[in-house]
Amino acid sequence: MKSLAELQAIRDKARANMGIREDKTDGVRVVVGMATCGIAAGARPVLSTFVEEVAREKLQDVVVGQTGCIGICQYEPVVEVFEPDRPKTTYVKMTAEKAIKVVHQHLMNGQIVEEYTIGTSGK
Amino acid sequence: MIRSHVLVCGGTGCTSSGSEAVITALESHIDKAGLANEIKVVKTGCFGLCALGPIMIVYPEGTFYSMVKVDDIPEIVEEHLLKGRIVTRLVYEETVQEDKITSLDETGFYKKQLRIALRNCGVIDPEDINEYIAYDGYQALGKALTEMTPESVIEEIKNSGLRGRGGAGFPTGVKWSFAASQPAGQKYVCCNADEGDPGAFMDRSVLEGDPHALIEAMAIAGYAIGSNQGFVYVRAEYPIAVHRLQIAVDQAREMGLLGKDIMGSGFDFDLELRLGAGAFVCGEETALLTSIEGNRGEPRPRPPFPAVKGLFGKPTILNNVETYANIPRIILLGADWFNKIGTERSKGTKVFALGGKINNTGLVEVPMGTTLREIIDEIGGGIPNGKKFKAAQTGGPSGGCIPASKMDVEIDYDNLIAIGSMMGSGGLIVMDEDSCMVDIAKFFLEFTVDESCGKCTPCRIGTKRLHEMLEKVTSGKGTMADLDKMEKLCYYIKENALCGLGQTAPNPVLSTLRYFRDEYEAHVRDKKCPSHVCKDLMNVVILEDKCTGCTACARVCPTNCISGAVKKTHVIDQDKCIKCGACIEKCRFSAIVKQ
Repeated sequence: MKSLAELQAIRDKARANMGIREDKTDGVRVVVGMATCGIAAGARPVLSTFVEEVAREKLQDVVVGQTGCIGICQYEPVVEVFEPDRPKTTYVKMTAEKAIKVVHQHLMNGQIVEEYTIGTSGK
Repeated sequence: MIRSHVLVCGGTGCTSSGSEAVITALESHIDKAGLANEIKVVKTGCFGLCALGPIMIVYPEGTFYSMVKVDDIPEIVEEHLLKGRIVTRLVYEETVQEDKITSLDETGFYKKQLRIALRNCGVIDPEDINEYIAYDGYQALGKALTEMTPESVIEEIKNSGLRGRGGAGFPTGVKWSFAASQPAGQKYVCCNADEGDPGAFMDRSVLEGDPHALIEAMAIAGYAIGSNQGFVYVRAEYPIAVHRLQIAVDQAREMGLLGKDIMGSGFDFDLELRLGAGAFVCGEETALLTSIEGNRGEPRPRPPFPAVKGLFGKPTILNNVETYANIPRIILLGADWFNKIGTERSKGTKVFALGGKINNTGLVEVPMGTTLREIIDEIGGGIPNGKKFKAAQTGGPSGGCIPASKMDVEIDYDNLIAIGSMMGSGGLIVMDEDSCMVDIAKFFLEFTVDESCGKCTPCRIGTKRLHEMLEKVTSGKGTMADLDKMEKLCYYIKENALCGLGQTAPNPVLSTLRYFRDEYEAHVRDKKCPSHVCKDLMNVVILEDKCTGCTACARVCPTNCISGAVKKTHVIDQDKCIKCGACIEKCRFSAIVKQ
């Protein structure tokens, strides 16, 4: 250890890996449906894309989690976004590419990607 | 890409309830499910809720599972980690309210706690220095070395009001300033990790859960007093603690946080471990230093105090693990942050090890000034089986018993001494109506008789005689004059013993004589043990109206002293009965009682 700056660099790097363990109750929560139907429809790459993209963009207030089946198996993979002062957004038939777009347009800029939501899908 | 961390407690408490096997099973099932690249398993230190171990927390959800068994692992992996469905049957029930899962911090056990010394226990992986650094580890050392002079470090500790957590409560900053004011030359920084009080295990928890906090604090102390060599005296009975501390020291050395020219400041500091062989007296400071030197652990008279003439005759400071664990926080957040917590003369927090007749056995850290009632009823979850609280024993063999009438006293160093106990290292043993206070006093005396090093007469012979008098009382042969003689002997030992062990050894007797004299008198005058504990003063009898003659008791009795025909009332032959209580446990009709 040559200097305090060196220690701080190590801290910042280590801290990024610890974000998962922090209580972020007032942030945004992205939940991927990971029941058997979701996994069969390809939810796993969707989940990992969300995790990677959120980490890459250093979005500190976003928690990526999983949930079970919400009962609309024909629309899987389903992703729900919970925000503190907004109704829940439900994205359906998600893919890794769509996930990247949701991260950038919705999570980073606050604009819901209408064409992927359950309301628009199938119209 | 890691999307979830699973924290499993690897402290001694959870290890003895099987957490090692849980971790192994978890890792193999995660691997089998193909999740090894997504889920990280972290073995942490103690969470404090030892009664519910093994404990597991899954992030990012923060789900708190308790009493996890190897058989539960496939379900946790399949349901929770793979599919995101929380396994509700394993969730700590206090975190489930009206079908909603609440944060752990909101539960009765954690709500009133304030964790400073235990801040990282159960939060980080103690075997990975990076996790400690992530939570501002070694920043306090950096701040001290680059922005502060040794004098200002000592000033900060003085202003914080921190007092020694090992028992006596001596102001830490003042102790440091004594050593700092000695002429420059070889000085030593030592840590007392020879936690010996029965029932106290907070130091072990820090060593196991956050060993770098100790290393950082000792380096800060070294800078403050002008020392470049530290020793940690840790008991060999703490194998997990020793193992993790050694890993931590090695990692700190490798990163250059111990060694030469730390952070380019020109300050050198290194640390070595010394293992104690399990003598209680080695927790006494002069005996401890003698033991580090390689001699038989025996105390010596003070002065000279260690700050003047300590290890190898050089100026030495010796602090307890919990005391050190507070230091990095004080340096980083400032004395004024710390001295706002606690009471007028006792600042900060204290860790208590809850044991005995209490629901939430474990470790709790509360601000000084919290009442015993809050600790026992709210945090500790009360006394099991609807029994009544009788007393709490604090301070181990050096402390005393606090009766129910003092439950609302705000706990700090001075208040505890005023009511005849002491903080000690923070063991807190709860006793209910089934505990005999004379028997408790005898238990602790037995301990000190065993552990007395024998160097001075008041302790070696005095405690032995005191124990014999207690034997006399509990066997029903005591006289009222014995009680007065006992009290006199207590004060004699206190005034004349050489070291802290002997000086405090009579405390359990004195405090029970003070608050529970009626129980002593019942033993002496009525030849009765009111709690039916002392075997010579109670009988096991079968109640005629309740006995159904099922013969279950007769079959379980090891001395065959129960007789009676089938479906007829049974009788115990008092001459042959050894009062083992096996029949009481076996009887399904509550027909056998102690009288």
